[in-house]
Order: sequence, then structure tokens, then C-alpha cells
Amino acid sequence: MSGWPILSAVTFLPVLGAVVLALLPRGQAALVRWFAFLVAVATFAVSLLLYAGFDAASAGYQFRERLPWMPSFGISYHLGIDGISLLLVLLTTFLSPLALLSSWRAVEDRVKEFSISMLLLETGMLGVFVSLDLFLFYIFWEAMLIPMYLIIGVWGGPARIYAAIKFILYTLTGSVLMLVAILALYFQHGAATGTYTFDLPTLAGYLVPPGAEVWLFLAFAVAFAIKVPMFPFHTWLPDAHVEAPTAGSVILAGVLLKMGTYGFLRFCLPLFPQASLAFVPWIFLLALVGIVYGAWVSMVQPDLKKLVAYSSVSHLGFVVLGLFTLTPQGIVGGIIQMVNHGLSTGALFLMVGILYERRHTRLIADFGGLWKAIPAFSVLFMIVSLSSLGLPGLNGFVGEFLILVGAFAWAAGPSAAPAAYLVPVLATSGIIFTAVYMLWMYQRVCFGEITSEANRGLADLTRREWAVLLPVLLFIVWIGVYPRPFTGMTEASVQALITQVQAKVAATPGGR
Amino acid sequence: MSTPVWLMPFLPLLGTLLNALFGRWIGRHAHWIGVPVIGASFLCSCILFLSVWSGETFRGDLFPWIQAGAFTTAVTALVDPLSAVMLLVVTGVGFLIHLYSVGYMHGDPGYARFFTYLNLFVFSMVMLVLAGNFLVLYVFWEAVGLCSYLLIGFWYERKAAADAGKKAFIVNRVGDFGFGLGVMYLWVALGTLDYDEVFAKVPTLAPETATVIALLLFMGACGKSAQLPLHTWLPDAMEGPTPVSALIHAATMVTAGIYLVARSHLLFERSGVALDVVAWVGGLTALFAATIALAQTDIKRVLAYSTISQLGYMFAGVGLGAYAAGLFHLVTHAFFKALLFLGAGSVIHALRGEQDLRKMGGVAPRMITTTVTFFVGAAGLAGLPPLAGFFSKDEILASAYHAGRPGLWAVLLLGALLTAVYISRAFILAFRGAPRMSQEVARHVHESPRVMTVPLGLLALLTTVAGVAVGIPSAQGTAFARFLSPVFPLAEEAGHGGLSALTLLILSVIAAVAGVLLAWLIYDSRPVNAEAIGRPRNRLHALVLHKYYVDEVYGFLFVRPLVWLAGFCARVLDLGFVDGIVNGVGRLVVGWARSMRLVQTGYVMNYALATLLGAVVIVAFFLSR
Repeated sequence: MSGWPILSAVTFLPVLGAVVLALLPRGQAALVRWFAFLVAVATFAVSLLLYAGFDAASAGYQFRERLPWMPSFGISYHLGIDGISLLLVLLTTFLSPLALLSSWRAVEDRVKEFSISMLLLETGMLGVFVSLDLFLFYIFWEAMLIPMYLIIGVWGGPARIYAAIKFILYTLTGSVLMLVAILALYFQHGAATGTYTFDLPTLAGYLVPPGAEVWLFLAFAVAFAIKVPMFPFHTWLPDAHVEAPTAGSVILAGVLLKMGTYGFLRFCLPLFPQASLAFVPWIFLLALVGIVYGAWVSMVQPDLKKLVAYSSVSHLGFVVLGLFTLTPQGIVGGIIQMVNHGLSTGALFLMVGILYERRHTRLIADFGGLWKAIPAFSVLFMIVSLSSLGLPGLNGFVGEFLILVGAFAWAAGPSAAPAAYLVPVLATSGIIFTAVYMLWMYQRVCFGEITSEANRGLADLTRREWAVLLPVLLFIVWIGVYPRPFTGMTEASVQALITQVQAKVAATPGGR
Repeated sequence: MSTPVWLMPFLPLLGTLLNALFGRWIGRHAHWIGVPVIGASFLCSCILFLSVWSGETFRGDLFPWIQAGAFTTAVTALVDPLSAVMLLVVTGVGFLIHLYSVGYMHGDPGYARFFTYLNLFVFSMVMLVLAGNFLVLYVFWEAVGLCSYLLIGFWYERKAAADAGKKAFIVNRVGDFGFGLGVMYLWVALGTLDYDEVFAKVPTLAPETATVIALLLFMGACGKSAQLPLHTWLPDAMEGPTPVSALIHAATMVTAGIYLVARSHLLFERSGVALDVVAWVGGLTALFAATIALAQTDIKRVLAYSTISQLGYMFAGVGLGAYAAGLFHLVTHAFFKALLFLGAGSVIHALRGEQDLRKMGGVAPRMITTTVTFFVGAAGLAGLPPLAGFFSKDEILASAYHAGRPGLWAVLLLGALLTAVYISRAFILAFRGAPRMSQEVARHVHESPRVMTVPLGLLALLTTVAGVAVGIPSAQGTAFARFLSPVFPLAEEAGHGGLSALTLLILSVIAAVAGVLLAWLIYDSRPVNAEAIGRPRNRLHALVLHKYYVDEVYGFLFVRPLVWLAGFCARVLDLGFVDGIVNGVGRLVVGWARSMRLVQTGYVMNYALATLLGAVVIVAFFLSR
């Protein structure tokens, strides 16, 4: 690959920007906004080099950088991406500038601190996706909590403190379990092989004894399940979303939740394959409950942000379902669905934010007849809603369909009982409920007569808002119509992962 | 051949984009974009039809679409006699309805938006028919559903319209739930979704598997083609503008289910059971909807139930294996039902939006063209010879009889009688007798402009000649069936016992004529009492008037429980239980911390004591090891 460390550059460019921002004088809100935005755009531009230089045919990690950090503990600064993380890195660098741009009017208070937090957050998220060392990964995983905590707790709504503390306690509970598991894995591997290391590729080659494997898997799985969030660990999400400022919600839904699903894929499956397979029925149960339950609860939410938050529980249920089918369709679909959810739900939050800025309410009952008042907004809102409900031709369908095909292939597979067909059937029923809550919400917001006088004089999208929404829309249509450039990047790595898992399961004594 | 194939969908798409992006400025000139692109599209399909007639077929890939592992699909187009016929109907009837819309929608504030949606629909419908694999079919199947949703709710300020659009989408999603599962199962079972490959591999399928897949696909067909038990959205869809009802909810989109079954007939035949299900669902729906149509007071709802009923005839046809007959009825129905809707629209237009049959009547002298053409359409629907509907319906009835299904044949024959009754009733109430509208409205009754009456005339012409031209049965089947024979091989004439073909023919003519006479006796031989229409006279009448209470039953069985369940999950389960536990744990920790605070007394002696105790415990622990 090219000689200079692109991954480090992408990861740390936002921090560099944050440092420069910190040195800027106070009271220069416009300058601060522009600067932060341009740093994020530059990060996106550099990350495009990753896409351009990525070899889709190769399954291994690319753009690798490895420097000894604390050699005595087997800790190294080890970065690299494969087809699984590439799209998530790009999603992060893509959404970050848009989130910053969307908050130009929404955040008036402490603009500098806000922008710094957003940039630090970006580095934290990117670090999670590019780390190949468990210690490094854990540091990024934890570091990213702080700016997010501040964004919710400082720039959030009325109950922001409750929401921020709930968010951080939930996540910390999971992280502590994960930390214990990481250390246990480190010592276990060290004791068994004589090499004490946090290096992920090395650890992935190690067969954890079955007794320990279950516990390690569970510790990781709980941490990730909270992050996703899977039912019944999801109740922090609605609160966090409702209180977070728009930019926070966009990043939270768009990227942060994916760290959970990414964790399952990057750590649980390759490190603990036997245990992962053993827990598939339970994971599917929770995923199915999430899909259906999330949709039902969305249906009756009076608050737009809560509705979108619960819809995330439903959508992420699909993703988890796909990943654990361990079929190429399910996993590729799951990865694409992570991206799709980031785009659609990110866009939904952006648009709810646009309404909130104008009306200072998010209650569905306060709207109605918006099509007449702000037609351009309504048209885009419809496209985004349709993307979220998985209309073919838009992005959501591609991921959802592949996941369901994967689930069906899993059910038809040799290891599954006849009752396994219930999994794809129940999951598919989710598409009905999604249509119900999405279309009902849309009808109450945009159709009908204008019921509230306050909505009559609303201003339609401004040029800045167009600039925020159009790029998202471009990808919503692109992925829906021609997904090859995206799915094609993931396939080799996904196939390699499946092979690795199957090989390890076969090698386990008493394994299937 | 590839140029006209791709131009056919591309041009309507171009029209959609132009009107969507620049509609704000194009405004009332939107038809200068919307209509010509469909005309050009129609020309393309004519060219295609001619080359298919000369024996050519076309197959082409546009680009690879969803791929992952062994799952590969491409955007593929396939043109064979079956799709050629469908395309001709879609673009031809579509063009006439676009033309008609120029007059009907004149002055509507959403004029450009209307043509945007209508073009998008033609694009989607053309792609649905062109699709060369099940996934692309599924995609555009949902896309036409979207257009239907948008167009039903076109007048979105009206709650009834927005509700109806949403209902259509959701009921169709219930069908698509089955359809989607069917597509997935198909792939899991056969490893491909491509039509050619699937149908080549069908003989390797176990009949039980074929049954499950076929029935899942048929579930989608029931949704789209409004068959029992998923028919409830179509009558409500009449909230949309009348040209939409004509194009989408009569002539084209709702026939997609018949197309699906016909296209995958090898799969249905492999199952056998599935074909019987199709035939019986079709037959029962045909009769069921016809009875409802007898009592409706809204002219568009009469026509909507009539459409459901006629679609039932088509399903009965394909379910009996008489594919050509079913499809021929699809074509003739597209002509006469579009004609009836447009004629009804012309009347509604003249009466300033009045759709209630009780407030019509006596418009015939002022609207000669509309009256004559509507009469032709009604006669075509009733199945009076020699109109197109006579030939196509009779063929389905005959094949039911010859297939050894006298029960189904009787059901369909009874349906034919009722059809003649309800459409004669609608004609009489709308056009004949004394005017029942207000004087103010009556004074303004006028014939519609040329741009609306010309499509009426052309459709009436098609209704008149289509049957005689290609529908006359012979020893080698009809000309229509011979054209389709590459897709559906001509059945050998089985030696039929029982009634001869001629007797059957006479019986169905008798049914039609009897129906017309019955309607005349009730509604035309003496002045009608408008007050009495639409009032339940007895229990049976009330049942039919209320559409057998299906909507109410569904509301009770599905909608209300779902809303209750959602509310229960949101309020009790989620906030009360799950989040309650979380907050409970939080309070527990806080409480524990509070009680711990008591230990922090601030007395050094206490701390020293505690330290000492701790040290003792630790030492004891290590000593005991």
C-alpha cells in the first residue's frame, strides 16, 4: 500500500482540528463552525483514499500500521481495515461533517466546546473501527463515551442529565464486563501459548477452551448488546435520543449503535465461534423480539424522535439477525444495513431537527398538513421515510432483503430444525409493521389540512439544509439502485470470516 | 430490438424526473412532457409487439444488482409474447388515460405532481412486466404499489384519501410479506431467481415445496389484485382521481397478480393444489364482489367491486389452466373497464364531483358521447355479444365446464348474471330517468371536452372489435391464444361430454340478457325512488350494503388488537417493566450508596478499626490457603 499512514491520518485529523480549535479565541462562532466543518470534510476526503486504494479482492486487513507501544505488555499501536470496517469508517467520516453542518443554527451556546466535542467523538469512533489491538480498541471505545456524554449532557434537552447519566452507566456496565473479558482472554492466551498479547489477529487464531469461551463470549456480547441496543437493553436509547441535540442523535444512531453490531462481527464471531453458534437461538430470539417489539412500540410514540429511536431497535434487530445467520447474504446484508440505517435514520433525525428548529416541538400531534406549507421538506421526508421502511429501489431494501435471504438460507441449512423457518417468517412480518408506523407517522405530519396556525408560515428548506440532506439522499438512492460498489467491498472479508469461524468450530474438540 | 425495449421504461422515467424537478415552473403545461413520453413508449411497445409477432424474443441484462455469495441477481429484461401483450395494454391504455387526464385534471393545483406520479407509475408497470427475474418483479411490484399509494392519496388534504392510500399500501404489504417469503424460498430451493433458470429447474422441485412457494407468491397476487381476503383496499382506493382508478385500479396494476400466476404457471402446475386454490379464490371472489356491487350507491364503488369480481374471473381462468383465456379477459377488461371509469369520470366531471348514483340520472341527452360509449362499456362488461367481454368471459366459463368443474362453472355463471344486473343498474341510474341532482348542478351539465371524449371513443371501439378480431374460438384456439402459444402451449381439445360448446354459449348469453332485463324491470320500467336506494330493506340487503362487514371484522380482529398491543408494549412493558427494572437497579445502587454513607462517620477511630478488621481478614485468608 501507499507509503504514508492514511489510517492514522484519517483517525487523528479530527483531533488535530480540535486542538487547533482549542487555541482559537472565544466568540468567533462563525469561524469555529466553518473550521470544524472543513476539518470534518477534509477527513472525509482523506478517507476516500481508503476506498480508492482498497483491494476488494483481498480478504485480509489493509492499510496496516503497526508500532510497538507497550511491548512489555504485548500492546501495540495496530491499525488496519478490511471489507467489514471500510464502509463503517466511510460512514463515520461522511456523517460527521453533515452533523456539524446541521447544528449551525441549533447550537448557539458554547459553539467552540461543542465543535471540539464533535471532532473528538469522530476520532473515538474511527479508532474503534480501525483498531486491531484489543487494548487500543478498548481505549477508543471508552474515550468516545466522554464527548458523547458531554454532547447529551451540555447541549441536550430538559432531561439531559438523566439521559446522559443513563447512557453512560448503561454503556459502562457493558464496558467493564468487556474489559474483564479482554484481560481474561489476554491471560488465558498468554498462559496457553507463552505470548502475552492484545493483538487481535493473533488472538483470533487461538482456540479458547470451551468452558472459558462461554463466559468470555457472554461478557463481550452483553457489552455489544447494550450498545446496539438489543432488547431488553434498549431503554437508554429513547431517552438519549430525545434529549440529545440533532447532531448528537445523528451520530448516535448513525454510527455509535453500529459499534455494537460491529463488535459482534469483529470480536464475538472470530474469537468465540463455538459459543457464538451455541447462543444463536437466544440471539435470534432477542433480535426477533427487537424487530417486532421495536416496531410496535414505535407505532404509538407521540414524539417523533422517540418514534425514530424505537425504529432503530427494530432495524438493528435485522442487522444482528443477519450477522448471526453466518451466511454470506446475511452478513453482507447486515453490513449494508448498518450503513443504510446510518443514512436513513441519520436523515430522519436531521429532518426532525429541522422541524424542531422551526417549531420547538417534536410532537406528531403538533403537525399535520405540512405538505401544503413546506412541500420540498415533505418530499424529502417521504423519500427518507420510504427508505426506512425498506421500499425497493432505495437503500433499505437491499440490506433487509439480503438479511432475510440469509435467515431463510440458515433455516434451510443442515443444522436447523424445521421450526427454524419461523425466524425468517417472523422477521419478514416486520416489514408490515414498519410500513404501518412509518406511513401513519408520515400521514399525521405531512398529509391532511394544516391544523395548527403556527405551521402555516413555516419556511421551507434553506440552502444549508439542502446541503446537509442532498448528500444523504444521493447515497440512499445510489445504494438502492446500484449497490455493487458497496456490497462488493465487503464480500471477500465476509467470506473469509465465515471460513475462519467454520474452521475454528471444526477444530474445537467436541465441536460441531 | 434492445433500443425500444429500454426506451419504453426510460421515457416515462425521464418524464417523471422532468416534472418532479421542474414541475414548479412547468405547472399547467406538465402534460406537454407527461403525455408525449407515454405516447413514444406506446410506439416502442408496438414495434416490440411486431417483432415478437414475427417470432423474435428479447433478453438483456442492464446491470448486476444485488449480489452476495451465491446470491446473484441482475436487472434483466425479458420480452416474449406474454410480456408483449401486457406492454401493449399498459402503454396503450396508459396513453389514452394520460390524454384524458389533460382534461380531467385541468386546473388542479397539483397538475404537475399528477403527471409526475402517473409517469412514474407507467415506468414501474413497464418494468414489472419487462422483469426477467423474480427479484426485479418484486421490486417493481412494490414500486407500482408506491405509485398507487401516492395517487390514491393525491388529494392529501382529505383524510379519507390519505387513509385510503395508507390502507392500500399496508394491505399490499401483507400480501408482499407472502410474496417476499416466496421469492426467498424459491432462491433457497433452486439457487436462482431468473425466470428461465427457475422454470427449467421446476421439475426438480418436490410438489409440496412447489405448493408452498406457489401459495406464498399467490398471497402477493391476492394483495395486488384485490382478491379475497385482501380485497378491502380497492374500494377505498376510489378516493383517488378517476383517471387513476381507470389506469391503476382497473386496467393495469391490479392485473399484475394474474400476470404473476400466468408467468409462473409451470410452478403452479408442478404443485397442482395451488392452481385449484387460485381457481376457487378467483371464482368465489367473482361472485362475492358481484353481490356487493349490486347494492352500492357510489358509481365508482360499483365499478371497483366490479373490478374485483372481474379479476376473480381472470384468476379462475388461469387457475383452470386456461391461461390464454384468463389473459384475454385481462385485455378486454382493460378496455371496457377503463372505458367505464373514464365515462363515469366524465359524468362526475359534468356534475361537479358528484359520485352518488342517487343524485344522478337523466344526463344522457346532454352527454351523447359519454352515454353511448359508457353503454358500449357496460354491454361489454355484461357480456353481450359480439362485444369483447362476451368472448373473453365465455371462454373462461367454457373452460371451467370442460375442466370438469361444474360447481365453479355455476358460480361463475351466477356471477355473470349479477354482473349484467349491477352494470345495467348503474347505467340506468346515472344516465336515464329524471335528473335527481340539484337544479344548480343540472343547469351546468355538459359534454366533456374533446381531449376526454376521444379516449372514450377509442376505448369503445376497442371494446367493440377486440373480441371479433382475435377472440373467435376455432379448432386451433383463438388467434389470441395462438399468439401466446410459445408461452402457453395450446391445449388439445379434450373430448368433452355433457353440454356442447354451443349450449354453454347460449346459456351465458341468456344469463347476461336476463340480468339486463332484471335491472330494467327494477330500475327503468318505472320511476326510481332515490330515497329507497342505499337503505337496507332486509338483513340480506344490509349485509351486502355493508360489504359483508369485512372491514369491521378486520378492524376487530387485527387493527384494534394491534393498537392495543402496541400501547401495552410501549406503556406497560417498556416504560413500566423494562425501564422500571433499570431505574430500580439505579435506585438500589443509590440507596446502597446512601446507607454506605452512614459508615463514613468521620471518626478516625472507626476508620482505624475498619482497617484493622480488614487486615485481619486478609491475613487470615492467606494463612488459611
